[in-house]
Amino acid sequence: MMSRLKARVTDPQLLRALIGILVFVSLWYLFTAVLNLPRFKLIPNPIAVLKDWFSFTPASGRSIFTKVYYLDIAYSVGRTLAAFALATILGVSLGLLMGWSRTFYDFTFPIVELLRPMPPLSWIPLAILILPGVEIAVVYVTFIAAFFATVLNTLLGVFSIDKNYFLAARCLGSRPKDVFMNVIVPGSLPFIFTGLQIGMGISWMSLVAGEIIAGKQGLGYAIYEGYFLYQFEHVISYMFTLGILGYISSAAIRAAGRKLMAWEARRRGA
Amino acid sequence: MAAGAQNNQGEIFIKNVTKIYDPEGVHVVAMKDCSFDIAAGEFAVIVGPSGCGKTTLLNAIAGFDTITSGEIYLDGELISSRDRQIKPDVERMVVFQNGALFPWKTVMENVIYGPVVQKRMKRSEAVDAARDMLHQVGLNGIEDKYPEELSSGVQRRVEILRALINKPKVVMLDEPFRGLDAVAKTVMHEFLMDIFCESPRTMFFITHDLDEAIFLGSKVIIMTTRPAQVKKIVQVDLPWPREHHLLGSQIYLDLKREVLEAVHEEAKKAFEAGEREMA
Repeated sequence: MMSRLKARVTDPQLLRALIGILVFVSLWYLFTAVLNLPRFKLIPNPIAVLKDWFSFTPASGRSIFTKVYYLDIAYSVGRTLAAFALATILGVSLGLLMGWSRTFYDFTFPIVELLRPMPPLSWIPLAILILPGVEIAVVYVTFIAAFFATVLNTLLGVFSIDKNYFLAARCLGSRPKDVFMNVIVPGSLPFIFTGLQIGMGISWMSLVAGEIIAGKQGLGYAIYEGYFLYQFEHVISYMFTLGILGYISSAAIRAAGRKLMAWEARRRGA
Repeated sequence: MAAGAQNNQGEIFIKNVTKIYDPEGVHVVAMKDCSFDIAAGEFAVIVGPSGCGKTTLLNAIAGFDTITSGEIYLDGELISSRDRQIKPDVERMVVFQNGALFPWKTVMENVIYGPVVQKRMKRSEAVDAARDMLHQVGLNGIEDKYPEELSSGVQRRVEILRALINKPKVVMLDEPFRGLDAVAKTVMHEFLMDIFCESPRTMFFITHDLDEAIFLGSKVIIMTTRPAQVKKIVQVDLPWPREHHLLGSQIYLDLKREVLEAVHEEAKKAFEAGEREMA
């Protein structure tokens, strides 16, 4: 047990990661606290940010000891999860159907390719006009880009499946529904998970933009508010909060992927 | 012991089969007026120059592709002609060139896939049957492994078992041992020999390896260069089960010379045709 802990601490990978972070924080400190570079005058140094973030009485009213901090997180996480779940269910279904049926593909691919490149934020006006309530509009903006990333990757996943698996499945007596369940779905899973990773990243990006423009609560909204109120400590601590949430959500998707794709994990010797 | 004596299913008639790819455009005649028969329970090995249309014929028998004219019969039933193409089914099982075990299924799930999906066996029955088969060929303890954790030789054996558990009339193998080293190939030959002698059924085996062809085949069908036709059929009347020391015997060497001469002629033609295309 001890030796394992020791191996962990002296593991060069972990050490390098710590050094990387240390260099980054040092440069930040150097620019803001030591050199006082002109464009960095208003930017708080890392210590000030940490102090505010972990203060019982933060100047911004937002720290890990305040209720509003967790309310902001809850709003943003709730919106992202709702949007991401919707994007996954609808995106994977549509992508699988497009890959499965040539006719369906012919009908849908052109329109998908036309809508896909539209930046999520360009949807804001329509979303607000059409959807009931600003809340749903923000979720929609968060959803839309993740949805297309999932559709496209799922479709590519189906196309990536070796033709011989289809032939083998037919030889072995599969009906179309068996081919779908035993070849198409598992065969496209690696690509689907790539799509989900990308989708999750885009979700967070669009969420913050959506919250800034149309939100009433949430991390993105609070960052913008901090900007106007000159509370830059909390702007930065919220940015890191978003970073941590993004990191956790990516890790969760990877873990789910490893669980569902044991064959891939074992091939890589994990 | 004549292989095939216990089994009178799996007789294949191939009559004047012609296959033209892209008749309106490039018009590649892959096969022209090709005819031969494979008796029930016969181990037929097909050899011929690369790209001569051996796989075309396999695809037609398996039901993966259509033919332009001619007829193919399995046990008297027309399975392929210009107007009729029976879909792939469990009577005509294919083992693929690059292997087609489902990488996302364990060995056990792969082997029981056929009988379970056809609802021919309950899952537990299929598991028992699969375990028996694996055990019989000495592949124990790999049931829960994924194909890519196994050597390619073991993968091939599992894939052959996955085909055989369905008791097909015909097993078609498209260069199944390509890319295996010489030692692994020897193991594979003995494996295939054993299961063939155990329960003979019609085999349609495509290969480039002439030793393999003679060692395994009850007849070797040598195809011409494209468009493919039968160049020569060599009957291999060696006793079953065959042993590797046969490979040094005079009768074997004579057979090999006979096959080699025919193949060499066609290889030369194919090479010259290739030269012409390049020029």
